[in-house]
Amino acid sequence: MIGRVFHYEFLQAYRRRSELVTPVVFFVLVCSMFPLALGSVADLLAPLASGVIWVAALLATLLSLDQMFRQDFDDGILEQMELSEVPFYQLVAIKILAHWCLTGLPLVVLSPLLAMMLFMPSESYLSLIVGLFLGTPILSLIGAIGAALTVKIRRGNVVLSLLIMPLYVPVLIFGATAPVMAAQGIMPAAQLLWLAAMLVLAATLAPLAASLGLRINIYGS
Amino acid sequence: MNWTWFHKWGSPKWFFQKTESLIYWFGFLALIFLVVGLVWGLAFAPEDFKQGNSFRIFYIHVPSAILAQSIFLAMAISAAVGLIWRMKLAHVFVETAAPIGASITLLALLTGAIWGKPTWGTWWVWDARLTSTLIQFFLYLGIISLHQSIENRDTASKATAIACLVGVVNLPIIKFSVNWWNTLHQPATFTLTESPAMATEMWVPGLIMVLGFYMLFAYLVTLRMRSEILEREKGSAWVKAYLEKLNVL
Repeated sequence: MIGRVFHYEFLQAYRRRSELVTPVVFFVLVCSMFPLALGSVADLLAPLASGVIWVAALLATLLSLDQMFRQDFDDGILEQMELSEVPFYQLVAIKILAHWCLTGLPLVVLSPLLAMMLFMPSESYLSLIVGLFLGTPILSLIGAIGAALTVKIRRGNVVLSLLIMPLYVPVLIFGATAPVMAAQGIMPAAQLLWLAAMLVLAATLAPLAASLGLRINIYGS
Repeated sequence: MNWTWFHKWGSPKWFFQKTESLIYWFGFLALIFLVVGLVWGLAFAPEDFKQGNSFRIFYIHVPSAILAQSIFLAMAISAAVGLIWRMKLAHVFVETAAPIGASITLLALLTGAIWGKPTWGTWWVWDARLTSTLIQFFLYLGIISLHQSIENRDTASKATAIACLVGVVNLPIIKFSVNWWNTLHQPATFTLTESPAMATEMWVPGLIMVLGFYMLFAYLVTLRMRSEILEREKGSAWVKAYLEKLNVL
């Protein structure tokens, strides 16, 4: 069942390819807006690069969250999943994992390219990539709670952003400061370990909260 | 232990009848504490030897900042009670307290900015406590907008309760991360374990103001809960009897 849900998610994503690409294109676009607005001087952009990439990754994730459950909620697939013999939170966790593979992972893969375009110092690359690798799943996990709670709201995207963005603050702080530390020659172990700890916490609790949120919307009370 | 009192308070009718007189006490005490605290703090408390008279905004800033955090905690506890015991009254508390909490947080931020200008020379600094209060304000706004955008009342209540709980799990992490990120603000004035480092005649009116703010919150939230209960229970017999007694119908 779990494997089948994972396969189903990828199949769905493949059939809606254009939607899949949107967050990634958005990510690249936001990052390339900054040199246009701030000027193309390398000395100016280099210290800002990690912050810009992290904010862009955060916004791209927010953009994709609304679609995480909506389609399956509207056509009743989520209700069938809820009724199946597999615990619902496990299926929700699989859906979140698939969401991260399809939106978070491409951002991680693309980040070195954008870091290069923003003149990030080479010592920072590793901590940026590791940070994004640990941080973007947290964005998907916390975002899933918001997506679950707003699944019934027609224009849920605005409410979702308002609700979820404050919760992203710790991820943003630890994620964006790690490459800055690395550029100063300090090993950013503390930041990356914090991200890993938050990932463990979010992976434990977020699927439960998201499945509870979905249940409330499925049963209407 | 006898739990009947707990379930009695869960009944909207019981709550409405019991708070009939209680609410006047909240209002009365709030008025007394706030008037005494304000007059004492603004007119009679000694001047700060460094900050002069500008420190007097302390008497509004600190109570509102304390209350803003307490309301969030109270909302989260109430949200848990509402979800676990399916107590509608607890949800009513969460929903009616949220806008008050947001306003009090905004008050804390504004008075902080006004205090910051003469003391730090700037309206705003990205210091740890200011930032985490700002984020707490955003959390309040998120919860309020979530509640308002869901049409079904039961769904809205439960979704809001979950958002509150998620928020309260996150709040310590947010505080820690922001704290770690940057620190400039002075440490907390009132702690449970130590007496404050301020002069006695300076912090006593502050404490009275804190009590006044709590009473004001109790008054406002009871008022809002009572009107919400009337709205929700408008079909029931006891509400009709109550309104007939008031000669409204």
